[in-house]
Amino acid sequence: MNFLNQVLQGAMLGGFYALVACGLSFLFGVMRIINLAHGSLAILGAFLLLGMLNATNWPNTMGDYGYLAPFVCLAIVLPVMAAIGWALQFLVLDRSLRAGPLIPVLSTFGVAVILDNGMFETYGANSNSLGPFIGDLSFGSWNLTDTIYIGQLDALIFGTAVVVLGGLQLMLTYTKLGRTIRATADAPDVVGLIGVNQKLVFSAAAAIAVMLTGLAGVFDGMRTSFAPYDGGTLLIFAFETVVIGGIGSLWGTLVGGVVLGVAQNIGAEINPAGFQIAGHLTFLVILIFRTFGFKIPLPRLPFRKAAA
Amino acid sequence: MTFFSVNGLECRHGLLAAVRGVSLAMNEGEILALVGANGAGKTTLMRGIAGAHKPHAGNIVFDGKDVTGLPAHKRVALGIALVPEGRRLFTGMTVEENLRVAGAHGRKGKWNLEAVLEAFPQLKPKLKAKAGDLSGGQQQATAIGRALMTNPRLLLLDEVSLGLSPLAVDQVYESLHGLMSGGTTIILVEQDLSRALAVAHRIACMLEGAIVLEGAAASLSRDAITDAYFGLHRAGAKA
Repeated sequence: MNFLNQVLQGAMLGGFYALVACGLSFLFGVMRIINLAHGSLAILGAFLLLGMLNATNWPNTMGDYGYLAPFVCLAIVLPVMAAIGWALQFLVLDRSLRAGPLIPVLSTFGVAVILDNGMFETYGANSNSLGPFIGDLSFGSWNLTDTIYIGQLDALIFGTAVVVLGGLQLMLTYTKLGRTIRATADAPDVVGLIGVNQKLVFSAAAAIAVMLTGLAGVFDGMRTSFAPYDGGTLLIFAFETVVIGGIGSLWGTLVGGVVLGVAQNIGAEINPAGFQIAGHLTFLVILIFRTFGFKIPLPRLPFRKAAA
Repeated sequence: MTFFSVNGLECRHGLLAAVRGVSLAMNEGEILALVGANGAGKTTLMRGIAGAHKPHAGNIVFDGKDVTGLPAHKRVALGIALVPEGRRLFTGMTVEENLRVAGAHGRKGKWNLEAVLEAFPQLKPKLKAKAGDLSGGQQQATAIGRALMTNPRLLLLDEVSLGLSPLAVDQVYESLHGLMSGGTTIILVEQDLSRALAVAHRIACMLEGAIVLEGAAASLSRDAITDAYFGLHRAGAKA
């Protein structure tokens, strides 16, 4: 029963990982850019929301509905994150893409360093959390049986991940912007010939990706604590999720997140220190299978040749 | 009045000048066939006109407007469309999506999905198929259809018969026939000289980045074109 509970909790955690990963996956899918600033941007989103809560004092002035203040602020933080993504594309990604596929890796790493240290300068080294601002939601749960329960925040995050991934999928399939983004991802040097401003499409994609990253960061801040240098950990989980689920596949991202979350929780069940290592091992095993297929190249046995 | 002109255009790939001082002028509704050996600069010239290759010198005037500095997507808005060499479809998208995405960003006009399907009926059963899964001829039809969806006034067709079976080439040209008699200004690159002579009003032959022979299709003999194609007229001059 305990084991089953761990699997369930791991799956819920996977929804969070999918949300963290989808911005990274989307940006890579459209622009072929590995955004190493991804985790730091998520943390920035959490800090922006925290800063806004403190500045507006809405959690106190909204009375009984104070626990909704983070979600009201979220409606403002998300467009701000989108604008940051837009600016990132114009100021950094577009310029570095012209110099080849490896330069964006370097430049986004630089952006990560600037963001991390900028947040450290601004907010200090203390751990922060958005948990205290959301009232009962941070610990409330539904009991399925005596031993199995589902956290309300976990359910909200998982549901958001499904909505976000499904929404992205629908947008890409059925809207003009979506078709344009897919065409640009398919052949960025050709879309100009059908009247598409490629830079504008890249900017829109970066805006969407960074906005979703900010959303993930805010949820990270709600479910646990965050500090200026926490971006790296989120980035690693996002990477593992994307690789496990398959690059460029949105629903694969959800599957990847669930696999990672379940692996981590089972690892923790086996040994309290096994959380991280089980996740990384699962990622490595899948990476090896993905690289070599299921036929891991072994030295050929002599009789094989005769048989052929 | 001249509808479209290229004046002293020079395009480079790094240090290599692929197009050296090409000048062209066309009236509306005219069809020009560009012939020349591989590496003569035909594709680079076409890409230069479409805005996909930034020219080094010279200018391009379209309908009285200097478009030399405009990026490709702005030239599409004015009515210049290129069917690129090698088709370059959005292979992961369906035929219908390939056409619609172009229609959504191009000029408005008489070309829409229905009109394109009427011109290329072979695409009708393939609308929901991924463009990458089509045969060469169907892909070429999609590529031309995609360009038409932007309602071009100047259509640039780069090697539409490249890599197609003779039957597929016939089919593509049959579909183009209506278009060619419909008054659209067209520049086409074609390796098949008989075909170029049959469809074009005018022929221009390129050699080493320059136009070495130009004239009305009816006035040029095959021998004259062949000589220009291989640069034999120069050899003859030396001898």
